[in-house]
Amino acid sequence: MSKYSIFSLVRNAISYHENWAAAWRSPEPKQEYDVLIIGGGGHGLATAYYLAKEHGMTNIAVLEKGWIGGGNTGRNTTIVRSNYLWDESAHLYEKSMKLWEGLSQDLNYNVMFSQRGVYNLGHNLQDMRDIQRRVNANRLNGIDGHVVTPEEIKRAIPEINIDQGCRYPILGASFQPRGGVARHDAVAWGFARGADLRGVDIIQNCEVTAIRQENGAVTGVETTRGSINAKKIGVVVAGHCSVLAEMAGFRMPIESHPLQALVSEPIKPVINTVIMSNAVHGYISQSDKGDLVIGAGIDSYNGYGQRGSFPTIEHTVAAICEMFPIFRRVRMNRQWGGIVDTAPDACPIIGNTSVKGLYFNCGWGTGGFKATPGSGWVFAHNVATGEPHELNRPFALDRFVTGFLIDEHGAAGVAH
Amino acid sequence: MSQRFRTGQGGRIDREQEIEFTFNGKPYTGMIGDTLCSALLANGVHLVGRSWKYHRPRGVVSAGAEEPNALFQLEKGNRTIPNARGTQVELYPDLDASSVNCWPNLDFDLLSVNSWFSRLMPAGFYYKTFMWPKSMWLKYEHFIRKASGLGVAPREPDPDRYEHSHRHCDVLVVGGGVAGLSAALVAARAGARVVVADEQSEFGGLTLASRAQIDGVEAARWIDDAVAELRGMTEVTLLPRSTVFGYHDYNFLTINQRLTDHLPLTERFGGREKLWQVRAHQVVLATGAAERPLIFANNDRPGIMLASAVSTYTNRYAVKPGSRAVVFTNNDSAYQSALDLNAAGVEVTAVVDARSDSTSEIANTVRNSGIEVLNGSVVVDTAGRKHLRSVQVMRLSADGSSVSGNRKSFDCDLLAISGGWSPVVHLNAQSGASPVWDDEAAMFCPGEPTQAQVSAGGANGTLDLPGCLREGAAAGANAANACGLEAKLAVPAAEQVDSEAILPLWALPSPYTRGRGPKAFIDLQNDVGVADIELAVREGFQSVEHVKRYTAMGFGTDQGKLGNINGMGILAQTMGQTIAATGTTTYRPNYTPVSFGAFAGQNLGEHLFDPARKTAMHGWHEENGASFEDVGQWKRPWYYPRKGESLDDAVNRECLAVRESVGILDASTLGKIEVRGPDAARFLEMIYTNNWMKLEIGKGRYGFMLGEDGMVMDDGVTIRIGEDHFLMHTTTGGAAGVLAWMERWLQTEWPEMEVFLTSVTDHWATAAVVGPKSRDVVSSVCDGIDFLAAAFPFMASKTGSIGDIECRVNRISFSGELAYEVNVPANYGRFMWEKLMQAGEPYDITPYGTETMHVLRAEKGYVIVGQDTDGSVTVDDLGLGWALSKTKQDFIGKRSLNRPDTLRKDRKQLVGLLTDDPATVIPEGAQLVNDPQAPLPMPMVGHVSSSYYSACCGHSIAMALVKGGHQRMGETVHAPLANGRVIKATITTPVFYDKEGSKPNA
Amino acid sequence: MFLIECPWCGVRDETEFNCVGEAHIVRPLEPEKLSDEEWADYLFMRKNPKGMHREQWLHVAGCRRYFNAERDTVTYRISATYRIGEQAPGEAGK
Repeated sequence: MSKYSIFSLVRNAISYHENWAAAWRSPEPKQEYDVLIIGGGGHGLATAYYLAKEHGMTNIAVLEKGWIGGGNTGRNTTIVRSNYLWDESAHLYEKSMKLWEGLSQDLNYNVMFSQRGVYNLGHNLQDMRDIQRRVNANRLNGIDGHVVTPEEIKRAIPEINIDQGCRYPILGASFQPRGGVARHDAVAWGFARGADLRGVDIIQNCEVTAIRQENGAVTGVETTRGSINAKKIGVVVAGHCSVLAEMAGFRMPIESHPLQALVSEPIKPVINTVIMSNAVHGYISQSDKGDLVIGAGIDSYNGYGQRGSFPTIEHTVAAICEMFPIFRRVRMNRQWGGIVDTAPDACPIIGNTSVKGLYFNCGWGTGGFKATPGSGWVFAHNVATGEPHELNRPFALDRFVTGFLIDEHGAAGVAH
Repeated sequence: MSQRFRTGQGGRIDREQEIEFTFNGKPYTGMIGDTLCSALLANGVHLVGRSWKYHRPRGVVSAGAEEPNALFQLEKGNRTIPNARGTQVELYPDLDASSVNCWPNLDFDLLSVNSWFSRLMPAGFYYKTFMWPKSMWLKYEHFIRKASGLGVAPREPDPDRYEHSHRHCDVLVVGGGVAGLSAALVAARAGARVVVADEQSEFGGLTLASRAQIDGVEAARWIDDAVAELRGMTEVTLLPRSTVFGYHDYNFLTINQRLTDHLPLTERFGGREKLWQVRAHQVVLATGAAERPLIFANNDRPGIMLASAVSTYTNRYAVKPGSRAVVFTNNDSAYQSALDLNAAGVEVTAVVDARSDSTSEIANTVRNSGIEVLNGSVVVDTAGRKHLRSVQVMRLSADGSSVSGNRKSFDCDLLAISGGWSPVVHLNAQSGASPVWDDEAAMFCPGEPTQAQVSAGGANGTLDLPGCLREGAAAGANAANACGLEAKLAVPAAEQVDSEAILPLWALPSPYTRGRGPKAFIDLQNDVGVADIELAVREGFQSVEHVKRYTAMGFGTDQGKLGNINGMGILAQTMGQTIAATGTTTYRPNYTPVSFGAFAGQNLGEHLFDPARKTAMHGWHEENGASFEDVGQWKRPWYYPRKGESLDDAVNRECLAVRESVGILDASTLGKIEVRGPDAARFLEMIYTNNWMKLEIGKGRYGFMLGEDGMVMDDGVTIRIGEDHFLMHTTTGGAAGVLAWMERWLQTEWPEMEVFLTSVTDHWATAAVVGPKSRDVVSSVCDGIDFLAAAFPFMASKTGSIGDIECRVNRISFSGELAYEVNVPANYGRFMWEKLMQAGEPYDITPYGTETMHVLRAEKGYVIVGQDTDGSVTVDDLGLGWALSKTKQDFIGKRSLNRPDTLRKDRKQLVGLLTDDPATVIPEGAQLVNDPQAPLPMPMVGHVSSSYYSACCGHSIAMALVKGGHQRMGETVHAPLANGRVIKATITTPVFYDKEGSKPNA
Repeated sequence: MFLIECPWCGVRDETEFNCVGEAHIVRPLEPEKLSDEEWADYLFMRKNPKGMHREQWLHVAGCRRYFNAERDTVTYRISATYRIGEQAPGEAGK
């Protein structure tokens, strides 16, 4: 496998790109692995990658029912930030942020992580109090960020409407300079290539239909491509964790909802950063291709259909037009939906389950993409050692029994 | 030499109306009835744009929605439109168009150097490079971004208006071609309410470019008659220039109608676009079929055009799209284009047909007209940089896998290509069906519908005219019948033209070594070629979704309408599998791009984005200079600055006025819910944490509501008006949620309880009159109430009148001061307010806003739910455990208070903070630490939730949630601020004023 | 956008309704007697099925009544709506 670089690109150009190796193999599943990771999204592939890289485990298979990166990894609005309010979340997301910062080089795959900053807007006085609180907490947690005035926002984003007469005027924002966006597909592909290089089998079109257990411990899975044995199974199936939990015989504190997003036609650069507004339900950035990438609110009903309802889109676009009146003549090219697994406290569940050898990593709600490397990193630790890492210990399932919730809802003004 | 490519006669243009327009600053003329592209072609302009990646010169390929190349920046200034598809832009006088994505100009585009380096830029090249040095990525990206994007967003706000319209109908016919019109006629004649939407300016679809006959008259005439008949029926709505762009669940479809874009700028009045939201009983999809190109080396030159588009330009727009043409096809339909060109006086040098033989009638007609037909041949390459000069043709082997013999060159400036047809199945697929591959016809046909829907005509894979008419009529009849009507099937007649089978071809064989020849493009807008797909497959990207994402195929503004089916065919070919097994990517809305403004409609601006709620006294507040804050949906007076006063000045003045004399606050926004019924008290026992059974009539009580998780959710005073009648107050922002939540308990959990809830927030206007002189003020205004302290004690409620107006006065206090809340029916709110102001004049009554209210309550340590709580705070955390009943068996949230985490002693608890320097106000949101010298991450023990300067106390006060705070009285915490300053503070009780609490009882 | 039949008002657009989650979760009569696990099960654990789901909706911009719906979470097809207290379809005799 050749290393990717401008030199390999030139060398391969000379041979008409006929000699590129596959970014990952497509092996037949073996009968037994040390670890099975169910779910070939960004988090699952990252878990496999870090299991191999950090824990020296290579007899691993990632089982993906469709094509890798085809779930929420390929359907989100690609925002990366770590300016969470509560210590537990902040530490986890900041770990992720640090991994993002060297990810392209680590994976030798350009995931186009672009630290163009993230603004979280405040539209009323309570928003601004929450923003102050969060930014102060971030700084003391070693996470960059500051509070900016409407005028400073306007200077950075000349197209934004800071008119104080509008319905929900912008009173200020938090700004995290290290936040930004990344190329979502590349994250899945980069982790897949990295994991494959280290011997991990990535098995697509392989749907798990049952989780086998004996004496309270997992022994393997049944799949559409046969039965596979393993004593450790990590389940990382955003959008389907309740389905897998049911196979394993328990319920999760999770509900799956449609979350929609949309893009405009490509236009020349006009937004150079990421702008998020919880109060009016919209967030926006511009991709390298020139599309405005816009995230909408969650639909109220449970849904696995990867589509939501039209009024949600209508409202989000109205919100975007409120913030950016110049975009009314720009056109929406495409809209789509994902499935977000939401937990009661809007925080993920990462850790052991009541079944020995069965680990779950789920419930990322709308915050999954930005956590991809960090989530994989801590989950790899958890799966490899059987014990949670300090960073994911607070996110154990039993917090719903003890009441130790990490309520990111409370951090109002924080869209994911 | 204007319009030198205009034919002498025919077409649906108005030759009387020559109009002027400009393209890239150069003046041209066209006709009313032209599109921008037909007008450019009439002027011999073929080079119209540059491709996204390699900046290759590109021309008009199509005549419709699938156009990938002819994108323009229309107009300038605040009415500019980026990426307008010239094939669908109707020409209007003084139209101003320019090319997108080229610099310095279209003819000489510097970035066309990319073309020289194209070998370094295969699919996905950016994933493999730009990684070193790490710090440079943002710089690389800056240039990548600059080179990306097509048109330019307006820089000024849009002057136009957008509208929404909602419609229910029996039958929605999507597409006004002959199939759609036939369907509409049959359904409408049966009495159905019919909506017909078509994206073009006139109905008729592709048949507008046909020289065939229907019912014995010219097709165009039949179309005119059909439209006239439909227009005459009252239950029929015809929507031209209307694209059905989304097919959602429950037969809900969204239509974008363009109302004024076809008019000169000076004549655009009214809404620009209308978004129709249609709920249809039955849907007929008559969206037609789209022609596919053929894929060969250098197939992207200006002058290479779909054969059907060639016919459209020739017949409908009376334009010769070239002077000398070659037709290249694998099926029969393109022969008609050869005949159309011939009839228009364009020399057709040859028809190159990949099929080894073509013996249908039309093929013979072409031969007989003297055009050479080269069977078993394919175009293998072309020449001509900015306009096609020649094509090269070779023999195709019998099995279609290779080419042989000499390259035969044909000089031409037009190559009409046809690779077969693809039904426009987008809406069928969006509605939930899975398109099905038909191997013989080489097309994806609509899948089994999951909603009340039928596809007809081209959309159903039926390409012949009689078939379209037949299917359309049948679909219309079935749809009407399904609506309970009785339809009479009437099928318009047309001549059947036999045709021979298509020879499906994906990537054509080429004389070049595979992957080494010139590029053969699949997605013209995104410069995706055959080699890119082959590379993707080689690298393991084998799912159609991976290929799409890796190569960017189909991501353009045309959404892959032109290229995707070919791409899937080529992927299947490369993988050695069937197209059925390869599958399609998911079809998603929008069918074609839709203005954001259309989605937003009128739901914008101060009044309509989310209508603001204003109290009955709002006008008075405005007249008296109030500054407002948004609380939930309400506008509340924040403070009333006098001339030259800052926020702090005003609040200090207002606070002192209340404490020393009297102030008045508009408290109308607080949620008010009537709780009535024999079980009302029992219900409140479950909803609130404290006891309600024994509350006396005419008395109020403060209570907390918890979520079932035990956390504080809302609070307020509830007054017992009668045995079975309570008036509940909630927070301003929480009112709607509390009502819905209580209803849920009542309706779903305790239906046996006889309790009725009514929101009366908007029914009452409330003025809180607060301060030592409040009794004097209120008693002089309200009649029929004994205001003596003994008769009207704290927490009591009485009714009386103000003049003829009934009023309710509640002696409750959110300030720790003697206070009365006066309620009147909302319409009399201002009357009451002015009466109170008048009565208060001797005491210099001072109106105050929410900021002063916040300070006053903070001086007393009263919490604001949502500010001092955040969904993670219990009543005990607030130090208000007395509000938790010890005797009640159960109330909502009680059980959660006994979980390990809620029993923890070191939970964050509400305390007061005093700074050493009395003038220093700790900023709200400040985090608190024990050791400000600790390294990062610095352990935090809490945060400041409320903080003010108290003019009354003469020092700053703050409320904070601090870990184990109740046990830390007198201890020190530090607030390290962003600016580096650290404020030291002492933990204290949160009650700073009137600690004995005697004042409200005065 | 769904078309929902309110059992009290008839067929209306989705915009008039709010979905509030799983139906038929019964509040324990004596919460104090439950273990923390049992209480957490009531409070947080959900079926969240892929397929047929019984859920509560509120006709918020209509009669303000809650009712139950049986809906497929993949196709979004609503197979039945019924009033609170009524038996779920297919549950008769169980």
